Amino acid sequence: MTMNNQGRPTAPGTIEANELATISGDRGLDHEEPLIFEIGREGHCGVDLPDMQMSESRLGGMRRRAPIGLPGLSEPEVIRHYVRLSRMNYAIDSGLYPLGSCTMKHNPRLNEKMARLPGFGDLHPLAPQSTTQGALELISELMKWLTTLTGMPAVAMSPKAGAHGELCGLLAIRAAIQARGEKRNRILVPESAHGTNPATAAFAGFVIDEVRGTADGRVDMVELEGKLGPDVAAIMLTNPNTCGLFERDIRHMADATHKAGAYFYCDGANFNAIAGRVRPGDLGIDAMHINLHKTFSTPHGGGGPGAGPVVLSAALAPFAPLPLLVHDADGFRLIEDREQLPQGAQPFGRMCAFHGQMGMFSRALSYMLSHGRDGVRQASEDAVLSANYILASLKDVMSAPFGDGPCMHEALFDDHFLDGTGVTTLDFAKAMIDEGYHPMTMYFPLVVHGAMLIEPTESESKESLDRFIHVLREMALEAKAKKTERFAGAPRLAPRRRLDETAAARKPILRWKKKEGVPQAAE
Amino acid sequence: MRYHPLTAADRAAMLAKIGVGSVDALFKDVPKEAVVPLSAFDLPDTQGELEVDRKLSRMAAKNTAAGAAPFFCGAGAYKHHVPAAVDHLIQRSEFLTSYTPYQPEIAQGTLQYMFEFQTQVALLTGMEVANASLYDGSTATAEAVLMAQRVTKRPKAILSGGLHPHYAETVETVAGLSGIVTRAPVTPGKAEDIAKLIDSDTACVVVQSPDVFGLIRDLKPIAAAAHAKGALLVAVVTEVISLGLLEAPGFQDADIVACEGQSIGNGLNFGGPYVGLFATKEKYLRQMPGRLTGETADAAGKRGYVLTLSTREQHIRREKATSNICTNSGLCCLAFTIHLSLLGEEGLTRLARINHAKASALADKLAAVKGVSLVTPAFFNEFTLKLPKPAAEVVDALAAKGIIAGVPASRLLPHDPAAKALLIVAATETTTDEDADAFAAALSEVL
Repeated sequence: MTMNNQGRPTAPGTIEANELATISGDRGLDHEEPLIFEIGREGHCGVDLPDMQMSESRLGGMRRRAPIGLPGLSEPEVIRHYVRLSRMNYAIDSGLYPLGSCTMKHNPRLNEKMARLPGFGDLHPLAPQSTTQGALELISELMKWLTTLTGMPAVAMSPKAGAHGELCGLLAIRAAIQARGEKRNRILVPESAHGTNPATAAFAGFVIDEVRGTADGRVDMVELEGKLGPDVAAIMLTNPNTCGLFERDIRHMADATHKAGAYFYCDGANFNAIAGRVRPGDLGIDAMHINLHKTFSTPHGGGGPGAGPVVLSAALAPFAPLPLLVHDADGFRLIEDREQLPQGAQPFGRMCAFHGQMGMFSRALSYMLSHGRDGVRQASEDAVLSANYILASLKDVMSAPFGDGPCMHEALFDDHFLDGTGVTTLDFAKAMIDEGYHPMTMYFPLVVHGAMLIEPTESESKESLDRFIHVLREMALEAKAKKTERFAGAPRLAPRRRLDETAAARKPILRWKKKEGVPQAAE
Repeated sequence: MRYHPLTAADRAAMLAKIGVGSVDALFKDVPKEAVVPLSAFDLPDTQGELEVDRKLSRMAAKNTAAGAAPFFCGAGAYKHHVPAAVDHLIQRSEFLTSYTPYQPEIAQGTLQYMFEFQTQVALLTGMEVANASLYDGSTATAEAVLMAQRVTKRPKAILSGGLHPHYAETVETVAGLSGIVTRAPVTPGKAEDIAKLIDSDTACVVVQSPDVFGLIRDLKPIAAAAHAKGALLVAVVTEVISLGLLEAPGFQDADIVACEGQSIGNGLNFGGPYVGLFATKEKYLRQMPGRLTGETADAAGKRGYVLTLSTREQHIRREKATSNICTNSGLCCLAFTIHLSLLGEEGLTRLARINHAKASALADKLAAVKGVSLVTPAFFNEFTLKLPKPAAEVVDALAAKGIIAGVPASRLLPHDPAAKALLIVAATETTTDEDADAFAAALSEVL
C-alpha cells in the first residue's frame, strides 16, 4: 500500500534542545552511525581473496582506468555498522504495526528457512529443466493454491510485485480486447483506489476515468453504470475496498461491466480479509493480483521484494504472459517460446527475465501449507474480528465515518474528532511513535478528511490489542481535552525528530560525495 | 494454529464487545451466495512445522543446486560466493519485518542503507545519480527505455542484438505499447553496426556489455553516434561484478545505466527476487522512475534521511507518475549493499580479476576440445562456444553426467538457426580447476 501525504506539513519547524548532551553523541543503546563511506579506509577489506594474476589480452582494451571509490571495511566493522542501522528501524517483530492496507502480519521463520534450501535458493533459472523439476513442482503447487483459493482457472506467476501484477492484468485485458478486434481505451477507477491503479492504467496506455464514492464508502453504482460504454476496457476495483468495506454490489457491478463488454480487474491487496471464505472467481472478477507479501506473509523487507501473481478468468487466461508452466507425461516443463504454445494460448509478451519471484513462492507456499485451508480462513476471520474490535473500542472517542456497520480487515477513522484541538492527523500519528507504536496509515484513502486507517492483522493477541486501544483512547481523550503537549512536534523519543522533507526535495542530496580537502575519517 | 494468538475465549470476548453473536455477522456485506464452505477448497488442512519442512525439503532435493555439481550457467544470473555475514544481517528482524520507510523517524536504518546503496551504484556505474533499486535488470531496462522516450519525446528504441533476449522481450512488452521497439540483428561474438540504425525518431539505443554472448562492447562510439542524432544511450550490465574490472558505462558516455545486481549479495533463487540497479545523469533526475532516498536534517538539526522527490511517484501523482512502480527490491538491495561493503575497492577488484582469470582458463581448456571453438574474443567471466552438435543436446547429455554445462543459446533464441550450435558458459570464483577439468573431459566424451 502507499501513503498519501497530500496536505500534510513536510517541514519540521524547530525545537529547543533540552536533552542531556553526551560526550560521544550516542545515547545509551541509541548509537549515531556514520555512512560506510565515512568509516571505511583504503586497504581494509572484509573478504579474503587472492590477488590473482591475469592477462589483459581478452578485455578488448576496456579495462577500468580510474578507481571506483569504494570504502574498505573489515567484517566486524561492517556487522556493527548494519546492526546499529537496524536498531533505528521499527519492525513487526518488535511491535504492533497497524498500517492499513499494508498488512503487516507475522512473518514465520520457517518460510525463511524453506526459501534458503539449496534446491531452491541456489538454483539457476536457466539450468536444464531435468535438474529443476522440484522447483517447477513448487510453482505448480502454489498455482494450485492460488487458483483454488480464488476460484479462478489460471494464474500468471511472473509479476514481481503488486503493481507489476496490475500491469500484467491490464496487458492481458488489452490483448483480449485487441483479439476481439475492438478498441477500448478508458478504464474506470474509483476515487478510493490505491495510487498504483491509475498509475498502472496510464502506464498500460489507457485513459483513466474516476468514479465517485457514495456516502457509505462504496462505489456509486449509478455513476459507474452511467460511465460504462463501448470505449470502456475495464473497471479496476479494490475489494474489500480501501475504506475497509466490502463492496456489496460487486456481483451487480461485474454483470454490468461484462454486459458493456468490459473486463473486471480487482486489486487483490485486501484479499487477506476474505481468503478461505469468498472466492473472487464467484464474484465475476476477470483478473486479480495477489500480493504474496500481504496475504501470504512474505516479508516486506523495508520495501521489497514482493511478488504479484495474477489470477485470470477463462476469458483472459489465453493471454497470460510467457513463460507458461505445463505438466505432462515427461514431467513439468516451462514454455518460453511462442512456437511451442499449447492450443489457444496467445501470450501478450513477457513481464521480466526468467519466471518470477521464486524466493517468494517458496515462502508463500510454506505459509499456505502451515496454515492449511482452515488456517487461511481463520486468519481472515481473526483479521476481520480484530479490526472490528478496534473499531468498536475506539469509535466513541475517535470518529469513524463508516462506523455504523462492520468493517472488514481494517478500521477507517477520520480527523473530525480532532476538530478545534489544533492537533492534526499527522501529529496524532507521530505521537504514537513516542508511545512505541508505528503510526497507522494516514491521509489515505483520499475519500475522507485526515484519514487514519488501522489494520491490526490476525497476528496480535487480545492483550496486545487491548494495550493499543488503551493508548489510542487516552491519546484521543487528551487531544480532545486540548492537552496537546505530546502532539506538537512529536515524536520526541525516536532516533530522529521530524525530518525536513521540503529541504530534501528542494536541493536533493542523493549520494555521499567525498568533500574536497577534508580527510576521510581515521585516515 | 501456531501463528494465531487469539483463543476461543478471546474471540468470544471480542465479539461481545463488538456486539455481535458470531464472526459471520461481520461478513454481512458479503453476498450470501458468495460465501463458500471450507470443503469447497480442495486443499490440505493445517500442518506442523516438521511436516511442512519435510514436504518442501523433498521438493528441493529433486533439484540440482548450483553448488552441488560442476556448474557453468550464466546468461543473466550468476553463481557467486556470498559471505555468511550478508544473510545473517538481512535476517535481522528490524530489516526483514519492516515496511517501506514512510515514517523516517523510525526507519533511519532502511533509509541510510538505501542512501549508501545509491552511492555505491553511482560509483560502480560511473553515473551521477542512482535510485534505490527496481525489481531486476530486465524491468530496469524496460524502465530505462520508457524514460528515454519521456526525455527525448521520441518513440523508437533500438535494441542491440547482444541484449539478453528475455530483456528484449520485456522491453517490447511495455515500451512497444506506445512506442516502437526494433531489434538489431544477432551477431554472436561480434559487435553489430548499430549506429547506422539510429534516426531522428530514435529515443535510445540499448546496448549490453558484456553482451549475452559474453562479448565486451566499446560503448563510446555508440554513445557518440546516438548523441549526434539526439538519442540517448542506455547501457545494460547483467553481470555487475564486471564493473570491478571493466570501464564503467558512465565513463563511456552512457545516459542511463540498467544493471542486474544479483551477483552481489544475492543467491540464484531460480530467477528472483533480484535487484535492478538504475543510474542516470543528474539532469534527467526528475524523469527517473523508482524510489529515492535523500539526505536532510531533523528538527533538532541532526543529519537524517527521507524518501524524496516522491512527486514523481504513483502514490502522489497517480496517473501522472513516471512509473507505476511502488516497491524497490528492499532486502535484495540491502544484501547488495552489505556484500559490497565487505568487498570494498580491493575485494571487488580482486574478485573481478579472479572471475576473469577463471573464465579465461576455462575457455582455453574447452576450446582445446576437438571440434569446439571460442566465439567470443573479448569477455569478462562468460563466453560462447561453437559446438559441432546442437548445444541443447550437449547440455542434456552433460546434465546426465552430473555437469551443468551452461545455457544453450537456442533456449534464449529458439528461432535463430545460427544459435543452435552455441553454448554460453560462465565461470566465477566458485569454479574450481577440478570442475573445469571435469567439464572438458565430459565434453570431449559427448561430442
